[in-house]
Amino acid sequence: MFKTVIPFGPQHPVLPEPIHLKLTVEDERITEAIPSLGFVHRGLERLADLRDFHQMIQVVERVCGICSMIHAVCYCQGIEELMAVEVPPRAKFLRVIWSELHRIHSHLLWLGLFADSFGFESLFMQFWRIREKIMDINEATTGNRVIISVNVVGGVRRDLSHAQIKWVLSELQMIEQDIKRLENTMLSDYTIKKRTVGKGLLTAPQASELGAVGPTLRGSGVAQDIRQTGYAAYGELDFEPVVETDGDCYARCKVRFRETLASIDLILQAIANLPAGETRQKVKGRPEGETVTRVEQPRGELLYYIKANGNKNLERLRIRTPTFANIPALLTMLPGMWLSDVPVIVLSIDPCISCTER
Amino acid sequence: MQGDIIAVGPETLVREAAQAKVDGYRLVTLSCVELDAETVDILYHFDKDLTLKHLRLTVPKGTPVPSISAVHWAAFLAENEIQDLFGLHFTGLAVDYEGTLYLEDEVRRTPFCRYSIRQSDKNTPAPDARQEMGEN
Repeated sequence: MFKTVIPFGPQHPVLPEPIHLKLTVEDERITEAIPSLGFVHRGLERLADLRDFHQMIQVVERVCGICSMIHAVCYCQGIEELMAVEVPPRAKFLRVIWSELHRIHSHLLWLGLFADSFGFESLFMQFWRIREKIMDINEATTGNRVIISVNVVGGVRRDLSHAQIKWVLSELQMIEQDIKRLENTMLSDYTIKKRTVGKGLLTAPQASELGAVGPTLRGSGVAQDIRQTGYAAYGELDFEPVVETDGDCYARCKVRFRETLASIDLILQAIANLPAGETRQKVKGRPEGETVTRVEQPRGELLYYIKANGNKNLERLRIRTPTFANIPALLTMLPGMWLSDVPVIVLSIDPCISCTER
Repeated sequence: MQGDIIAVGPETLVREAAQAKVDGYRLVTLSCVELDAETVDILYHFDKDLTLKHLRLTVPKGTPVPSISAVHWAAFLAENEIQDLFGLHFTGLAVDYEGTLYLEDEVRRTPFCRYSIRQSDKNTPAPDARQEMGEN
């Protein structure tokens, strides 16, 4: 059988961001996949040399719009550790609430795009319609829909009033009902199962060995979620990672679907236990030392390595995003699959090229 | 910093990385830090059951660094990234982009280094990267 090399991307209908895969195929079966990155690499880590450590919050929020809040939490957490700043408890709970809102809207965005990738456009519309309500909550509580910019070193710059909490609770009730209404279609539909079950298999040992993270890891049966470390206020909430064991596209889809409901539960718990008090600790001085800090983004584990030497600029800021970690796993899923399954398998890791090309 | 930090040399790096794998650790990523004009630190971050462990390799810039991608295949992306951004050379890479993962063939600078440039251009140093980016 002749081998043919087919370029997939960097422009592709199902991928709004540029990534290129060099696919070697025999007949229409994939035998090898090699990625090309760097089409829009921005070198944001290097900006730590030019912006002071407070200004860097605005920079890291722009690594990725969809999970900007969680990038900022990770960064602030690292700086707070270096400066030994104790964040007020209320701020920790507020960070959880806005982080989980980001997780829900990211997963709803992905569920819609995933449905679109196999031609289910009405389902795409339904998921994005629900997502709008989350964006409305973001806008009403922070002033922005996507990059909400509430984090500062030492806490958060906004608070939730009683009226806002009451409104958020009623909205979440409706959102939960709306999501559950789509469960049967998303997880039981014949066409969806036909396109996803058994596609892009990744076993639990492979997932661990290849450093997979997030729903890609948990869809293969590994119950690891950085929220288990109890950062921010997660340690005070009842939380179990969502796990599926089949390791295929369908399992990853089920993990994300169930995680939207788990996030709603976490927000409800955080609101119920929201302590009174300050939302921000005054910060003096400059960071010094080195640290590694991790949080759980919608796509998986996010790691920041921060090194500071007591100056206003950091000595080094290293950002390892979840999509970067999931690329080796993706390259393992593709061989043996049909060419027509590639868009679905690539989307199943929820690739964020904005994060990868930080 | 959370987790144990173990100092390694180029000769013990692959053995320690292999031991981490035997002990059940997964490779999280690599972080490269420029220490001065001559040396860099490479930190290898590993995780097991949410606990971190780090290997710290301090090497002169011109010294080839053994790749751990034969043991932890997923390391090839982070190692290629360091090759591009810091101008280091990794030997035995599973997939070697030869400095073109992010950069074009003709690029001679190492964008994340303050002091140095690629090995091939040592005799004709490039302008200081900080000045190029507008800092005094």
